[in-house]
Amino acid sequence: MKKLVLLTSTFLFVFALSACGGSDAVKFGVIGPLTGEYSQYGLAVENGAKLAAAEINADGGVLGKDLEIVAYDSKGDPAEGVQAYNRLVDQDEIDALIGGTFSGVTLAVKELAVQDGLPVLTPTATNPDVTLNADNVFRACYTDSYQGSVAAVFAAENLNSTKAAILFNRDDAYSEGLATAFAAEYDARSLAYDEFEFGKDDDDYSALLTNIKDGGYDVVFLPAYIAEVGKVLTQAKSLGLAVPFVGGDGWDGIEADYADVAEGFYFANHYAKTDEATVVQDFVTNYEAEFGEAPNALAALAYDAVYAMAAAMEEAGSTDSADVVAALQTLDYQNAVTGSISFDANGDPIKAVTIIKVVDGEHVVETKVDAS
Amino acid sequence: MELFINQLINGLNTGSIYALIAVGYTMVYGIIRLINFAHGEIMMFGAYFAFIFAFMMPFELPFIAVIVITMIFAALMGMLIERIAYKRLRTAPRISALITAIGMSLFLQNLAYLIFGATPWVMKPLISTEPIIIGNFSIARLTVLTIGLSIFFMVLLTLFVRKTKPGKAMRAVSQDKEAAVLMGINVNRIISLTFALGSALGALAGVFYAMQYTNVESTLGVLPGLKAFVAAVFGGIGNITGAMLGGYLIGIIETFVKAYISSKWVDAIVFGLLILTLLFKPSGLLGKNEKEKV
Repeated sequence: MKKLVLLTSTFLFVFALSACGGSDAVKFGVIGPLTGEYSQYGLAVENGAKLAAAEINADGGVLGKDLEIVAYDSKGDPAEGVQAYNRLVDQDEIDALIGGTFSGVTLAVKELAVQDGLPVLTPTATNPDVTLNADNVFRACYTDSYQGSVAAVFAAENLNSTKAAILFNRDDAYSEGLATAFAAEYDARSLAYDEFEFGKDDDDYSALLTNIKDGGYDVVFLPAYIAEVGKVLTQAKSLGLAVPFVGGDGWDGIEADYADVAEGFYFANHYAKTDEATVVQDFVTNYEAEFGEAPNALAALAYDAVYAMAAAMEEAGSTDSADVVAALQTLDYQNAVTGSISFDANGDPIKAVTIIKVVDGEHVVETKVDAS
Repeated sequence: MELFINQLINGLNTGSIYALIAVGYTMVYGIIRLINFAHGEIMMFGAYFAFIFAFMMPFELPFIAVIVITMIFAALMGMLIERIAYKRLRTAPRISALITAIGMSLFLQNLAYLIFGATPWVMKPLISTEPIIIGNFSIARLTVLTIGLSIFFMVLLTLFVRKTKPGKAMRAVSQDKEAAVLMGINVNRIISLTFALGSALGALAGVFYAMQYTNVESTLGVLPGLKAFVAAVFGGIGNITGAMLGGYLIGIIETFVKAYISSKWVDAIVFGLLILTLLFKPSGLLGKNEKEKV
């Protein structure tokens, strides 16, 4: 008898707990590297998402309910990302996922998300495979291949390059994706290039850079994240390598710690802080007021992604996964910081690429390349 | 040919750093037969110390002062670690001390993580990044400094061990601890001194590493520490000249593999070398064949 009472009360307790879990707020999950070498990316996404949520809540929330952002750390590692996803879905019962931040992590959680049918809008995962064969997975940024070929077009047409060195991280899908697209564009234009690869644990690039210096290239394409870009540019400068570098959106924020070694170099990005549109300037001002630093492109994309997801929910009139996914497919969200957001059949956005030049530690818009 | 010489210089640069760390491994092993796996973490703390003294002081210190103060702090830290963690285990089985060393390494890594945070600190080069140009060659200033200062300190160490009285005592302790005690040598003091010297050189390596590779973080010492361990074994563990030679060879091999084969193969080749050394010449390049006492 005593046992039965204990058992019943245990069950009651568990039910009471799970009832607590299904609270009244609308929940968006965020997965990103919040600690470690890549933490600046994950924290930017978390901050951007939280800023958007705070603004939406001040404006009445989503479907009349408060919007809550739940962020978990992936450390940039796919296995940790899957754990974070399971926690978000099982424990926090999120209504939509704004993530993951990195392509590798997003690819790892994609299959689970497809099974669950959860609406996923990744702000920043640029690998082409992320949205393939997944009706419920969308992204707010353009793809690796698109970005890589735009960088190649820019190098060939604006920098008059005829022979490029491509220096990429073979352990990273993002870096390899951009490198492949860049090479394909050079092939299409019958321009010369050579590929140089490094691994994620490499700190010493001097051997590769010495080979590049010796090879007579007129541009170096370096699609990588700041942690590597900073080291490479520092070593390139001290070796006296005087060739312009071109990078992708992983360079965003390079001016914070490496302004002097990145001076005069170019990278493709989603938006420029110096853009004069009201929505951009408002976003930059509010972000700086809230977090005490200038927002990078990842923060802007996360901010737009939260707004876009909230708009889709309003459109659908519910938080039901299938309805939200259907609403996302036909969404046309204007007035976003990173350009308007509507999706093609894959769930990739249709938008323009900004090429930024680093001048005196500031971003200067060099040119804008429109989607073709 | 020019390319080859440039790559050789790159190799010497990496090699200097490995050699400095390897010397610390080998000295400690020589004197108490312990592989001090926490040595890479001393190097990491050295990098943090240098950052603190270079950028977080109310007044600006000259570069040489930063290096010297960093080395002194690291030396004290090395002595402290020996006093706390290894001294009691001196008569314990060697495996206990080895496990303690691994524990110490993890402890120090996490301690740094706790104190300094997860975000890497970005080290600015403390000297000009403009290369030195001699004829057709341009060499990074930092490379010249790294190679020069490493050789200077290693020559200093060799002279100390060969020519001075404490150096003689160190050699005596490494040959036979009991006999050294009977000769009136204060063994505890000599062991402390060994840890201090090894740690100071390790911290110097940490400073150069941080300046060249800009990121200072809690895991900074792991990979170079392992590579330097390979260098020490390769050169003959317990032998100071062997450790230096091993360090330079590993650095040069690594650079040439990166430059002429592929960066993919670097770790496979370096750690393969460790296995080959252990299989065919366990005493290393310069090590003596020593019969294990039973």
